[in-house]
Amino acid sequence: MTDLPRLRSPAQRDCLRPRARCADRPPAAGAAPAKQPRHRRFTRKDSGVTATIESPPAAPEADGRSARSLMDLVFRARELSIGGALLVLILGTWLANPSFLDDQGIKDLLLNSSILVLLAAGQSVVVITRNIDLSVGSVVGLTAFACGSFVSGTDHSALTTVLLGIGLGVLCGLVSGLLVSFGKVPALVVTLGMLYVIQGIDHAWAHGEQINASNVPDDVLGLGSGSILGIPYLPLISAAVLAGTAYYLRTYRGGRELYAIGSNPEAARLAGIPIRRRVLAAYAFSGAVAGFAGALWLARFGTVVADAANGWELTVVSSVVVGGVAITGGVGTVWGAALGALLLTTMGSALVVLKVDSFWQQAITGVLLLAAITTDRIVNLRTTSALRKRSRR
Amino acid sequence: MNTLAKYLRWDTVVGVLLIAVFLAGSGTTEGFADTANLSAALNDTAEIALIALPMTLLVVAGQVDLSVASMLGLSSALAGSLWEAGWSFELIVPICLLVGALGGLLNGWLVTRVGLPSLAVTIGTLTLYRGLASVVLGDKAIADFPEAYAQWATYTQTVPGTFVPYPIALFAVLAVVTAVVLHCTAFGRSLYAIGAQEDAAYFAGIRVKRLKLVLFVLAGFVASFAGIVYTLRYGSARADNGLGLELVVIASVLLGGVDFDGGKGTLGGAVAGVLLIGLLNNLLTLNDVSNEIQVIVTGLLLVASVLTPRVVTSVSERRQRRAATAAPATA
Amino acid sequence: MSSHVRTRRRVTLSATAAACVLAVTLAGCSGTTKNDTKGEAKEAASNAKADPNAPLKKGLKLAFLPKQINNPYEKIVDEAGIAAAEEFGGQGKEVGPSDAKASSQVSYINTLIQQRQDAILIAANDPNAVCGPLKQAMKQDIKVVAYDSDTAKDCRQLFINQASSEEIGRSQVQHIAEQLGYKGEIAILSATQNATNQNTWIEFMKDELKDPKYKDMKLVKVAYGDDDDQKSFQETQGLLKAYPKLKGIISPTTVGIAAAARYISDSSYKGKVVINGLGTPNQMRKYVKDGTVEQFSLWDPKKLGYLGSYAAAALASGQITGAEGEKFKAGELGEYTIGKDGEIILGPPTVFDKKNIDGFDF
Repeated sequence: MTDLPRLRSPAQRDCLRPRARCADRPPAAGAAPAKQPRHRRFTRKDSGVTATIESPPAAPEADGRSARSLMDLVFRARELSIGGALLVLILGTWLANPSFLDDQGIKDLLLNSSILVLLAAGQSVVVITRNIDLSVGSVVGLTAFACGSFVSGTDHSALTTVLLGIGLGVLCGLVSGLLVSFGKVPALVVTLGMLYVIQGIDHAWAHGEQINASNVPDDVLGLGSGSILGIPYLPLISAAVLAGTAYYLRTYRGGRELYAIGSNPEAARLAGIPIRRRVLAAYAFSGAVAGFAGALWLARFGTVVADAANGWELTVVSSVVVGGVAITGGVGTVWGAALGALLLTTMGSALVVLKVDSFWQQAITGVLLLAAITTDRIVNLRTTSALRKRSRR
Repeated sequence: MNTLAKYLRWDTVVGVLLIAVFLAGSGTTEGFADTANLSAALNDTAEIALIALPMTLLVVAGQVDLSVASMLGLSSALAGSLWEAGWSFELIVPICLLVGALGGLLNGWLVTRVGLPSLAVTIGTLTLYRGLASVVLGDKAIADFPEAYAQWATYTQTVPGTFVPYPIALFAVLAVVTAVVLHCTAFGRSLYAIGAQEDAAYFAGIRVKRLKLVLFVLAGFVASFAGIVYTLRYGSARADNGLGLELVVIASVLLGGVDFDGGKGTLGGAVAGVLLIGLLNNLLTLNDVSNEIQVIVTGLLLVASVLTPRVVTSVSERRQRRAATAAPATA
Repeated sequence: MSSHVRTRRRVTLSATAAACVLAVTLAGCSGTTKNDTKGEAKEAASNAKADPNAPLKKGLKLAFLPKQINNPYEKIVDEAGIAAAEEFGGQGKEVGPSDAKASSQVSYINTLIQQRQDAILIAANDPNAVCGPLKQAMKQDIKVVAYDSDTAKDCRQLFINQASSEEIGRSQVQHIAEQLGYKGEIAILSATQNATNQNTWIEFMKDELKDPKYKDMKLVKVAYGDDDDQKSFQETQGLLKAYPKLKGIISPTTVGIAAAARYISDSSYKGKVVINGLGTPNQMRKYVKDGTVEQFSLWDPKKLGYLGSYAAAALASGQITGAEGEKFKAGELGEYTIGKDGEIILGPPTVFDKKNIDGFDF
């Protein structure tokens, strides 16, 4: 895989620093694969924390354990810090305006973020493999409209609608995935192309038509507005998808291999990981999630025009990045991405409630994004030097 | 080097496609080869074309700048609000350009000094600069820019004796300069080196970070200049000017065969890519092909532009390998 | 190599600095400021004489250029206009960008000039950005009619206004005031920050609110939903949270009012917050029937397209030139008179409520 090689690992870039010790450069293509685990484990500060925990036991060094727990803490800290920021934001807004957290307020926050959280989970699986999927926004638009015109004026059930959405999404994801994995073309370019193609198809099909809420069967709308014990379905669905994805990424071989591919594609290939199949599966998953989100979009909003979720691709990528999934691959968790998505949506709502002029909203989002990736980087650098000192001892 | 891949370089293909579109257009569509139409169609690509120049350099060096369209918007909004406040236009332009260079500097600083990937950084500044544009100008739309300057940006005012409007003439000059810099100077070669293998380039003594920083500053500078052109051309300064243009610029550059992985591509290819998208859209519009179909065509071309060269390479590699295995037998 | 680069950089830097200094100096000497350009705009003089009795020409080519082709409202307008063109033996078509951007329309105008259309009907995304090419079109004897959203006045011959902007603005305040008993906080949920017609209406709304009879009402906020369903939805939530005493929302955009109504219908605010504004009956039927929305208004978009088509044909046939006071007959809609600044007003907006909504399908 040669996608986005510019965005190579920070560790590698460190070697460009005159004083950096280049002993920790990732092994070149020809290096013996047997040495891989050790390298990854103790010197690659940015490999996923779970990768360190779950990787097959390598010969532990004297202070391996403490190094590991230090890294553990750092990566927990990553998610904790976003969680903390989110908490501060919510509490601050609540103090300023108590109605922000009344029943209706909590319900709104959950509902607003659930679709973005879902998309962020799908996107982070792709980003972990050092790829990107810019077509998600278009896929949501297309499936929302397709599902809408499928159910419009009929009494199809919610399940059929959702299945149709997922099916269509998988189809889109497979096309992108095939081009990226088997065509060996850069992911950003292909998915940008797919963004245009899918959007074009969607717009040509809709051509100014619109799905009206009154034509959508109640069963489908119920999916968007119904709730169990006061908690709406949508956030529950998002949470379930999130938990499933996180569990797979953390525990299953396939999931671990996605991290390996993102960390070092060459090494992953030498280790015998079926890269093409895994990447294809990642795209299919991202597509499926986007299609699912499209069906949920219809259920939630009822009224759908062709450009639903238009331009969301960058919002989704932003939340993934804010959530600590490195765009260089191999790092991050879906939980982080979900927190990132929650933070971005909550901030949007909070700024309105705090009566911040809406003109400022976007600028603040931008600053937050830059701050998130910069702190991440600085914390990483600090940890690396701390780890280096330890291993030198 | 095998023959097939040698003659089928993608930038040549795009050049040929461009000529084919032009010939097909003038043959089949009334009004396409009309000078007024060509001036208008070319002028419509002015900002994309201008920004495509530094973008090509960035992509060759393995970087990308997604914030250019937001910078265009910020420059336009700034120009609008200063103009509204009664500043003189001659003072507004250098201020906007300065802001553009500073914006580029921030991008470059975050990429080179903090060590962040350019994609992540510029997604952030994309949001930030657009947000600032909205803070600067709010919901206003400023018009009535001085006719003395605005006329230079319109397509009706062309270089005497030709159908080339001034923004495009300026672009042509800059394109030649950029092409010379990229292909004939040490500076240009070092960009390819950085794009191909950054570490190797560093050890070869190239000041990788400094060069990258220069490129980002250049991109910000040109983007803010394009913002001025945009403002004058449409006679309207708004915070949402040029929204989403970054993807069109990148699509055009990549369509021209510049490799997103860095280290490969020519400026001529990128320019051909920009013009191809511009002329093709004009031709399709003249034939009443709806905008949706144009979007699909752009997407397919983009996918084809990255897929075709790789398919060609892998086919010819296979052929070569077969030839290599067959050769000893016949010898 | 690096020293080479460094020298180059120095040269570039000093060149840039020199250029800046030069520019600033120049600026000091001969600045072109806003005040210099005042009064530059010239009146579009039309020397042609109107012949009120000229028959409508056959085979006129009319092109509709909406804000964006995916907007359901604009589609209704344009289709009605195209149907009207067929009525008088002309042919109409709809072309346009799929994004509502100011610049996107410009390239379409240029190609329409090349295609030698007889008239261009445009709903402008930005009053000034489309001006240059439209003037170019008029120079080549292509008639330009703005509808729905106006361009700058000297860039078109006619503007078909759906209703007088003043009436739309003021009537919305009057309606919601009656519903609220002239008391309480209200907010506006608009389209984009730059939308011309919404901003004009909002100006009139604010002006209407200055009347002493509204002294107990307060406009607390103008929010922007960007004509995006999801964004409008979220803005509505924000408004209700930020202003707990909010009693009413005016949304002068079809996308906004539908999103606001959908949110309210499904929340605890139902029945407590009044929504009024401009919406299409098909989008709003559900919310009128379930009691979320009592009334809203809109003109008939079909009539807008119909009138636009006839006005353009009358211009192209020489019946009118766009001067104030000229009259022409718009098919089954009857006779219309051109008002000040080439404006033709369709008529007062229709108010839709539970009783009459089922009589409309658009």
